[in-house]
Amino acid sequence: MFNIERWQEIFETIRKNKLRTFLTGLSVASGIFILVILLAIGQGMQNGIAKEFENDATNRISVWTGITSVGYKGLNPGRNIEMDNRDYEMAVAKNQDKLELKSGVYSMWGVLTTYGNENGSYRIEGVRGDYQFLENETLTAGRYINQGDLNNFEKVAVLGNRVNLDLFKGKNPIGEYVELTGIKFKVVGVYTDPGGEREETRIFIPLTTAQRVFNAGDKLRSLAFTLGKEDNFEKALAASTAFSEQLEADLKVKHTISPLDERAVNVNNTLEHAKRFYDLDTMIRMFFWGVGICTIIAGVVGVSNIMLIIVKERTKEIGVRKAIGAQPWSIIGMILHESIFVTAIAGFFGLIFSLFLLEIVGPYIEMDFIRNPSVDFSVAITTVIILIVAGAAAGFFPAYRAANIKPIEALRDE
Amino acid sequence: MGKNSLHVLKGINFTVSEGEMVSIMGSSGSGKSTLLNILGILDEADEGAYNLDGTLIKNLNERVAARYRNKFLGFIFQSFNLINYKSALDNVSMPLYYQGVKRNIRNEKAMHYLEKVGLADWASHLPNELSGGQKQRVAIARALASDPKVLLADEPTGALDTKTSYEVMELIQGINDEGKTILIVTHEDDIAHMTKRIVNLKDGLIIDDSTVKQVRAKSAANV
Repeated sequence: MFNIERWQEIFETIRKNKLRTFLTGLSVASGIFILVILLAIGQGMQNGIAKEFENDATNRISVWTGITSVGYKGLNPGRNIEMDNRDYEMAVAKNQDKLELKSGVYSMWGVLTTYGNENGSYRIEGVRGDYQFLENETLTAGRYINQGDLNNFEKVAVLGNRVNLDLFKGKNPIGEYVELTGIKFKVVGVYTDPGGEREETRIFIPLTTAQRVFNAGDKLRSLAFTLGKEDNFEKALAASTAFSEQLEADLKVKHTISPLDERAVNVNNTLEHAKRFYDLDTMIRMFFWGVGICTIIAGVVGVSNIMLIIVKERTKEIGVRKAIGAQPWSIIGMILHESIFVTAIAGFFGLIFSLFLLEIVGPYIEMDFIRNPSVDFSVAITTVIILIVAGAAAGFFPAYRAANIKPIEALRDE
Repeated sequence: MGKNSLHVLKGINFTVSEGEMVSIMGSSGSGKSTLLNILGILDEADEGAYNLDGTLIKNLNERVAARYRNKFLGFIFQSFNLINYKSALDNVSMPLYYQGVKRNIRNEKAMHYLEKVGLADWASHLPNELSGGQKQRVAIARALASDPKVLLADEPTGALDTKTSYEVMELIQGINDEGKTILIVTHEDDIAHMTKRIVNLKDGLIIDDSTVKQVRAKSAANV
């Protein structure tokens, strides 16, 4: 490896066969290039999927109700099912130790909101304090809704960043009063949401206040929960699936809904949702690995072929070397070394070129399910190891053949 | 190779002592090249014993054979067999490379031998920039580089014209004068008579082994 003589020999032979070495290298380089790009796209898909799910907590379970579609126990289909505080309390009481975050929600669409001369129409949601984390929101100023607000029916509001910009135009909103349907609410906080503008054009107020202000009694539009942490994804998924099914069954019993009705109670389990996408992504990635590895094998076969030709061409030279005292291992080393060197250098070019391309182009790629394709350090290291192994594999047969050359046969004048 | 074996050598018994210069003669198929290959540890005899410098050469593995060749023997071939992408100097230093000699010492030694064959000025030239005689002289320098006990030459003048042949022979005679043992395979009478002893082979047997009066190549060239 650190033998200068060996390096000089390799450079001499490569210099002698520039075109041949270049073409061989090209096949290896493109193999690595394709592998890295495919892996990056796989990563991009994962990023894209993660992005799709990051506007809410990743293990959120949401429940909302609709209109019955199946008649049951003498009741006609077409009943409008509404949840209330008792449903929420039932779910909480039953799963006391399992739940991590929990909130009932009462929301109103298109509520006229004014501040001074500015006004807009926003969605108002009455929530509990946990809802900040269920929505994966980050406060940029002030505080969120708290238990005290709920207990005292406080008229306080947390604005989405977009709402804040629309109404306050950069002015500090904390402590100011906005009017919701003509009722004054004190602004106590501003949040941002990774879901973007759509998620930021909302105003949150305490649930109890919302129910009272909008004359909702104890009605709830939806419920939102997360379960406590589990050791791994599989366990978490199993737990949340069980919880979702149990909750749906309980609600159906309570509201006299047919177990077969698929519209009246909707339970959306984000984790289950995500798993489907991640499973798909895993399969696509495995496929990409397969394609990439096959491409590299094609390159390796190319290198091996070329090395065989080189050995054939240099039969006489190898014979001479052996006649003047070359040990078999030094011949093997020479061929292997050259093979690994050519493969590694070509592969590095492919690797660097693909990384360069990803660095330049990657951040601009933002499609629905592909986002910022890139590879991490461990993938780069893996490909480098693949290269070294591939080079050694490519050189093995030619080197073996070279070592078996008998000097006497090589030296015959034919 | 078929199943029928062909006995090329059928009973050769001869000894060469240190400092001798022997030519092995014979028509094609007489077994002279096979004999030289056995002597050069490139091939092995099916039967019989071969002692080189007091060492029995038998059933050697590749590694040991390579070491013995490197230590004891220098080869000179009819077609020179220089490595064509290496300079004259690198060609000469190759046996030393396989001995593990350091680069600067190696080049110094190789230069010394190139001087000896009169090609010091051509050290950096590639073989295809040299004439046939020059190539053979580089090959001789290479054979000498590892300071072997015996020089084995297979038709060293076979690819050269008479004048160049005599120049090469003059060089080989000079080396012999310094005490090196030399074996030359040839089928040319005049070349054979420039050695001190001629062994004549026919059909794998020695038919004649006699000492001759050495003709100096220098005087032969002047005739």
